[in-house]
This record gives sequence, C-alpha cells and structure tokens, in this order.
Amino acid sequence: MAERILMKGNEAIAEAAVLAGCRYYFGYPITPQSELPAYLARRLPEVEGVFLQAESEIGAINMVYGAAATGARVMTTSSSPGVSLKQEGLSYIAAGELPCVLVNVVRGGPGLGNISPAQSDYWQSTRGGGHGDYRTLVLAPNSVQEMADMTIRAFELADRFRNPVLLLLDGVLGQMMEPVNLPEPTDFDPNKKAWALGYPGPRKGGRNLISTIFLEAELLEEHNWHLYQKYEVVSEAFSQGDLQDLSYEAHKVDDAEIILVGYGIISRILKTVVEKCRKRGIKAGMLRPKSLWPFPSRILAELSQKTKQFLVVEMSCGQMVEDVKLAVDGKKPVYFFGRTGGTVPSDFEILNEVDKIVRPD
Amino acid sequence: MEKVFSRPNSMTKTPFHYCPGCDHGVVHRLVGECIDELGVADRTIGVASVGCSVFSFDYFGFDFISAAHGRAPAVGTGIKRVRPGSIVFTYQGDGDLAAIGTGEIIHAANRGEKITVVFINNAIYGMTGGQMAPTTLVGMKTATTPYGRDAQLCGYPIRFSEIIATLEAPAYVTRVAVNTPANLMRAKKAIKNAFQLQKDGKGFSFVEVVSICPTNWGKAPNEAHKWLAENMLPVFPLGTLRDSAGIEKA
Repeated sequence: MAERILMKGNEAIAEAAVLAGCRYYFGYPITPQSELPAYLARRLPEVEGVFLQAESEIGAINMVYGAAATGARVMTTSSSPGVSLKQEGLSYIAAGELPCVLVNVVRGGPGLGNISPAQSDYWQSTRGGGHGDYRTLVLAPNSVQEMADMTIRAFELADRFRNPVLLLLDGVLGQMMEPVNLPEPTDFDPNKKAWALGYPGPRKGGRNLISTIFLEAELLEEHNWHLYQKYEVVSEAFSQGDLQDLSYEAHKVDDAEIILVGYGIISRILKTVVEKCRKRGIKAGMLRPKSLWPFPSRILAELSQKTKQFLVVEMSCGQMVEDVKLAVDGKKPVYFFGRTGGTVPSDFEILNEVDKIVRPD
Repeated sequence: MEKVFSRPNSMTKTPFHYCPGCDHGVVHRLVGECIDELGVADRTIGVASVGCSVFSFDYFGFDFISAAHGRAPAVGTGIKRVRPGSIVFTYQGDGDLAAIGTGEIIHAANRGEKITVVFINNAIYGMTGGQMAPTTLVGMKTATTPYGRDAQLCGYPIRFSEIIATLEAPAYVTRVAVNTPANLMRAKKAIKNAFQLQKDGKGFSFVEVVSICPTNWGKAPNEAHKWLAENMLPVFPLGTLRDSAGIEKA
C-alpha cells in the first residue's frame, strides 16, 4: 500500500490522473479549481507529458477532442461557467465516442455567479449539457480519497465505454485537505486502440476516421441508437453489473422511516444528521448517489417499498430531486430542502426540515 | 502507353461534391500531390472543418477527424502534441478560420504549433448559402449584405495572413491563388514548403489560398477567376509574409 499523505482534493485528482496514465492536460484558468492545473503544470513535464494552457475553455476541450482521438488518456478541468463553454466540444467527443475525463469543480451560478461551492450544475451534467442525443457518465465523490479513486475509475470507464466521464465536485471538496492513500500507477498503453488516429499497429479497414457528421437522417438515427445501446450497457453495469460499487452508498436505510438523499459534500453533512436524528428517536437513513448518471434509480425504487418518505438535500434550488421523484414514482412523498447561490446548509437546518416532516406538530 | 497524369495516391476515388469550377478540388489535389511527393501519407492526419470542405475527409485516404466550426487548429494541437511524429494539417475556409475560429487560429499560430494550415479565402460563406464573411470585400453583395458590405456597419475585409505574420512563432506564412497556371504552380510550391517545414519539425506553417465561389458570387468560373484577379488580389496581395527558415530560397 502506498503511503498515506495529506492532500487537497484538487491535487489528489491531479496526481491520480498521472497515476492513471494521463499524460495530456488542456485547460483554462478559473476559480475554484486553480490548484489542479498548477499541480499538473509542474507534474506532467516530470513524466514526459504535456500541460497546455489553452486560449479558452473552447480551445481546451477541442484540444482534448484531438488528443482523445489519438487514444491517449487526456483530461481537462474547469468550473461552472467554463464547463458551459466546454459543452460544444463535449457533444462532439460523445458523438465521436472518444474517451476523456472532465472535472467540474462547481461554483455558484447562473451567470458569473460566485466562486462559492454549489451543486447547481446537476442538470447540465446529467442531461447532456451540449446539443444532441448523448450521455455523459457522471461520478460524484465525497472525500479526497474518493476523488483520487474515482479519477482512476473515470479513466477506466472512459476507455471501456469510449465515452466522456465527468467528475462532479464542488468548491468545498476541491479545497478540502484530507489524508489519502494514493493508488499504484496504472500500466496504460495508448497505442493499443486500433480505432485511434495515428494508430501504429496493423490496420484492418484502411484509414481511421473520427467524424460526427451524418447528413442522411437515417444514418444519424442509426448512430444515435448505437450510442443509446451503449448507454443501456453502461446503465446495466451500474445497476446490476460489475459497477454497482460505483452506483451508491446506503447508510442505515434498512429500518429508516425517512431516507435523506444527497451527493458530494452534502452527504457528509447528512451522515451527521442521521446520527442526530437517531439520538432523538427518529429512524433516519441516507442514500448517497455516487454516480449521478447512471442514476441509482433501482435502489431508490426498492427503498420506496420500505421507507415512509424521502428528503432530498441539495446545494441548488432542486435539480436531483427530479430524478429521485422519477425513481420513487409517486409511491412515497419526496420532500426537498436546498440552499443555493454558494451557501452550504448546516446539519441544524436539515434536522429542522426532518422534524417538520416526521413530527409535523 | 505511359501514364503521365493520375490521381495522387493519397487521394480516394470519391468524386468531389464541390460545385463546378470551385477551387476546392484544385487545392485538395495540390495537398494530395505534396503529401505523396514528401512520402508522408502513412503518418498524415487531416483535420476537416465546417463549411463547403466539411467532407474533405472523403477525398483523402489517410487518417482524418472532423472538427467543430472554427476549432480545427485546437483539435490539430491536441493530435500533434500526442503524436509529434505525425504530419497534421487543418483545411479551413474563411468563415471557419477568420470568424468563429479566430481565437483558435491566432493562438495555435502564436504557440508555434507544428502543424500546417491550408486556408481557403473566397470572401464568402459557401455552404450556408453565400453570407458575408469577415473577408468579404467592401461593397460586395451577399445573402446578408444585399446592399453590399457597408464598411460603416460591418468593417473591412480582414487580412489573416498579415495578422498571423505579426506573431513571432510562425515559421511560414504565405498567400497564393490558383487562378492562373503560373499562380497554381506557385501555390503548389507553397503548400509543399509548408508541409516540408512541418516534416523538418520547424514550426507553424500557414498557406492562404485566395479562391473563388462561382455559385455564391453568381459568376461563371472563368469570369470568377477574372473577378478575383481584379478585385480580390488588390485587397489580398499574393506573396510570402514570413519565411523564417528560408525554405523558399532553399
């Protein structure tokens, strides 16, 4: 086991990316993720990699598109307004079925907003964000250890499914320092992807072409259904297959009369709330989605048979709550409590909401 | 019988979709000939852009990727940084390069990315139906300047070769045309120079080809080439603006 060290979340992601075999980073400065590019600007040249500060987020994501097309492990990182700019390129990357990892250290929006932590990019992250029929895999870590681990997993998933994978965090997680066990370096060979531009091995069908244009409607329809069949395979792997460990964390849900649902930094607060509830005789539990797409709908549907109600807590005006409602399908009440604009709810506030629901008098 | 003229090996048999008389086909062929002559087809990667040349990848037999509107130089950057031994070029029109892709081209040039850019300037958006481009001449009528381009409202035609040549990093910046046999031979030499420099690892090379759009100009190809000589070339003078490696003298 590698040594246990103290790291900032943003830096843990950067180092884990290097350990995963990522040698190419293209990005544009934006707060609150600045430690990440700064770390890689120093680190990548040490491993003969490339750190390039692009002219814009649009430039950066298109460099990622080009680099991913060669089969390399490549990453870009940004924060909310910057990720909006990257959506154009992300749509092309998804359409071209290219693997890459994108990190969004979410800040308060809409507009220029502020640089405080938020979860208000849930819709943008899970609903595609860019144009067209496509999906992005979205992982939501809640600790520095998980940021490192999920970064490695994100690169593996990107290659396995030839799809962009997004790590969704917030300013608290990015800036937080915690001890972390860094994983062992991955043995990654970029020259094994036979579809890649410049692939040095023997070619089966002549040249390699990465194109996202299908002028004939029937051909684009065929391509889109092909993508959706892939997304079905991804969903299946998360809900019942070998990726279930990445899908969700359930905490004290078996006897719970109320299940709190939250992801990322909120889930750390919810755990405290669960303990405080239980001390006061309220049987509370927590369900934390670790993967936001595919969403852990199956477990939520199962829990809706057991529990009495759900309370969804987000640092937004209510975005993930829609997915919870879809999963619960009207079988039990789904309540919502949110703080937005860069504010983080306290355990006390959430406890108050639980009280209102469980003990309405 | 000896075969004296044929399709370059690096090109496919696919017939061009371009309008009759369009310069795209001629410039495609020049690119194909240069790639063949330099013997680099097996390590060339093309980046197609958006506009009439959106399907340029259909006409070349080597690896290709299609980029979003204006983003080809950024995509080319990503490819070349991973595969420095490959020959990477973008093929872009004036709407793509000189309008929406302004940021990408300036900064790829300024970083001295070791790629080649073939820039077709025909002063108009072809694919979308003949709208004003940043390179449209003052007074020129287009779908979006039906009364002629008014400099007070839309500014003046932008000279991209001159802009690129103000930067320090680019190795080769030149403007050519294919309107006469003599100009065509010079254009061929320029494109070959540009790829040769890249093969030698010498930096960013940029070839602007002042071209026609018979369809959207509403002129027959011969008439269009005559119009180009009389109206385009005074605004976009032919010649080399940067040759830091001295390849034209070599």
